Amino acid sequence: MKLVRLRDDARPRIALTLEGARIEAQQGDTLLTALLAAGAGYLRESEFEDGPRAGFCLMGACQDCWVTVVGRGRVRACATLAEPGMEVSRG
Amino acid sequence: MRVAVVGAGPAGVRAVEALVAAGLTPVWIDEAPDGGGRIYQRPPPGLLRDPGKLYGFEAGPATALHAALDALKPRTDWRPETLVWHLRPGAQRLSTLHRGRQAELAYDAAILCTGAMDRVIPIPGWTWPGVTTLGAAQIALKTQGCGIGRRVVFLGTGPLLWLVAYQYAKAGAQVAAVLDTTPFATKAMAAPGLLRGGTTFAKGLYYTAWLRARGVRIAEGITPLAIEGTAHGVTGVAWRDSAGRTHHVDCDATGMGWGLKPEAQLADLAAVPFRFDAQQHNWVPQRDAAGRTPVPGIYLAGDGAGIGGAEVAEIAGARAALALLEDSGHRVDAAQVTRLDARLARQARFRTALERAFPFPAALARAMADDTILCRCEGLRAGELRAAARAEAATGPAPEVNRAKAFTRVGMGRCQGRICGAAAAEILAAELGRDVAEVGRLRGQPPVKPIPIAPAAEAA
Ligand SMILES: Cc1cc2nc3c(=O)[nH]c(=O)nc-3n(C[C@H](O)[C@H](O)[C@H](O)COP(=O)(O)OP(=O)(O)OC[C@H]3O[C@@H](n4cnc5c(N)ncnc54)[C@H](O)[C@@H]3O)c2cc1C
Ligand code: FES
Repeated sequence: MKLVRLRDDARPRIALTLEGARIEAQQGDTLLTALLAAGAGYLRESEFEDGPRAGFCLMGACQDCWVTVVGRGRVRACATLAEPGMEVSRG
Repeated sequence: MRVAVVGAGPAGVRAVEALVAAGLTPVWIDEAPDGGGRIYQRPPPGLLRDPGKLYGFEAGPATALHAALDALKPRTDWRPETLVWHLRPGAQRLSTLHRGRQAELAYDAAILCTGAMDRVIPIPGWTWPGVTTLGAAQIALKTQGCGIGRRVVFLGTGPLLWLVAYQYAKAGAQVAAVLDTTPFATKAMAAPGLLRGGTTFAKGLYYTAWLRARGVRIAEGITPLAIEGTAHGVTGVAWRDSAGRTHHVDCDATGMGWGLKPEAQLADLAAVPFRFDAQQHNWVPQRDAAGRTPVPGIYLAGDGAGIGGAEVAEIAGARAALALLEDSGHRVDAAQVTRLDARLARQARFRTALERAFPFPAALARAMADDTILCRCEGLRAGELRAAARAEAATGPAPEVNRAKAFTRVGMGRCQGRICGAAAAEILAAELGRDVAEVGRLRGQPPVKPIPIAPAAEAA
């Protein structure tokens, strides 16, 4: 899944990492936006081997967007703002 | 008197406004970083907040609601970013979680304004990255300036289907198709009643006409067959038209939804009884027209008390606050009460027409193929629920959804059945040859959303 920036896309840039690789995002992005707009493709693998997942409700209800942030543990990517230097891994 | 208001959407804002006007200082809680609720959700700091661009025709009400919200915050005990994860009516306590820290809050009365979420019907391929709810597609655009894809299909039924498609096209995304499961004739038949809704109906017609005028592919009365994709994402959508022909369109994302369902877990924990509302085709918590529930001290308003839309939510929020004030011995303005009641009654008639115009296609859920993933949390397929229902019916007592949950894990996952619950009930009812109201609803459990283990254990 690739999120497409349609408007308000000239905000200050911030950098974080996904599985150690640098990702550029914009101030005000949620983690879900930061990762999926940067081309991460998905956020986690289903535990039931039915494929990757990338969130579904974007309002904190479905819990399908869990990622892990160093120092914070597991968070919902749709309900967590991206911050400079965050070290994120999938699932 | 200690009053708690949960939710700072249209209903919560107007409830708090009435309480503050009466001299109270309620505790006001929302899980989100700011108020506004779903329709008037604000983008995070750093994004532009031009109401015209963000809320379209709703810019006026949005601006008014935000002004009220900001003015009320300092006059209340405002607690954003705070989840209410449990409510114990006997002890009259709420359990909250704020940035990993848990707290208990005693209340004498509470108004729950917890809103709604998309109602979905699983179809093959709905778990691919790139498939979201209609509401999610709107949230991405409204609060993040992003489209869920470059070329998007919108699928489902209801006012949100047409609104979100319009908003995407306007923002410069390509709308590959709008696929409405409701036939045109059904909507046309409801038109006379819809006229009562005034501008709401006019706006709906406008969005549809606007999309048609721009040559967006539109199909009504369709049956979705599959969202096609790979692990890399969505590639297209296939459907069958009313004449039985199959069609396909390429896309890289799909937004889907069939109306809304109340987020009523807290009302459930508060021991408010529920009833099946056949018109909405939803389980709704019981309350009177003013928002009083059979549980003393618990009041409900807005979409969390039954889907009514933003305008109703504002009126209902104010009305529930007046009911609370009246019940606790405050003097209330009788003329204001009468005015609010009249507006609520008028809106209810419009709502009846709207539900007729966009009925929930229960048959689509009931016909779900055995190998379609029903519960996305647990990877459970429709056939597994059917098999469990058959086995139970042969050996045990009359099954209902909570027994099915114990046997199959349907609705036991991290979302607590919010996503699959409506469709699971239809499948179970069809398998057992019963009415959907007879198979019950998945009961709410604390915590209403997953929280770190420690706080839950402490409060147990
Ligand atoms: C994603 C989405 C998009 C929508 N977009 C539109 C639209 O464009 N136009 C339209 O007319 N209608 C829209 N709706 C319908 C919408 O439900 C109503 O218009 C309106 O927002 C209802 O107002 P409300 O105050 O009842 O609830 P909401 O506006 O949903 O507000 C509920 C609030 O309660 C908070 N809350 C819920 N549970 C808890 C808890 N346990 N602890 C703490 N806080 C909690 C939520 O964070 C939220 O802020 C949308 C609905 C959804 C789900
Ligand atoms: S996408 Fe549903 S909880 Fe984040």
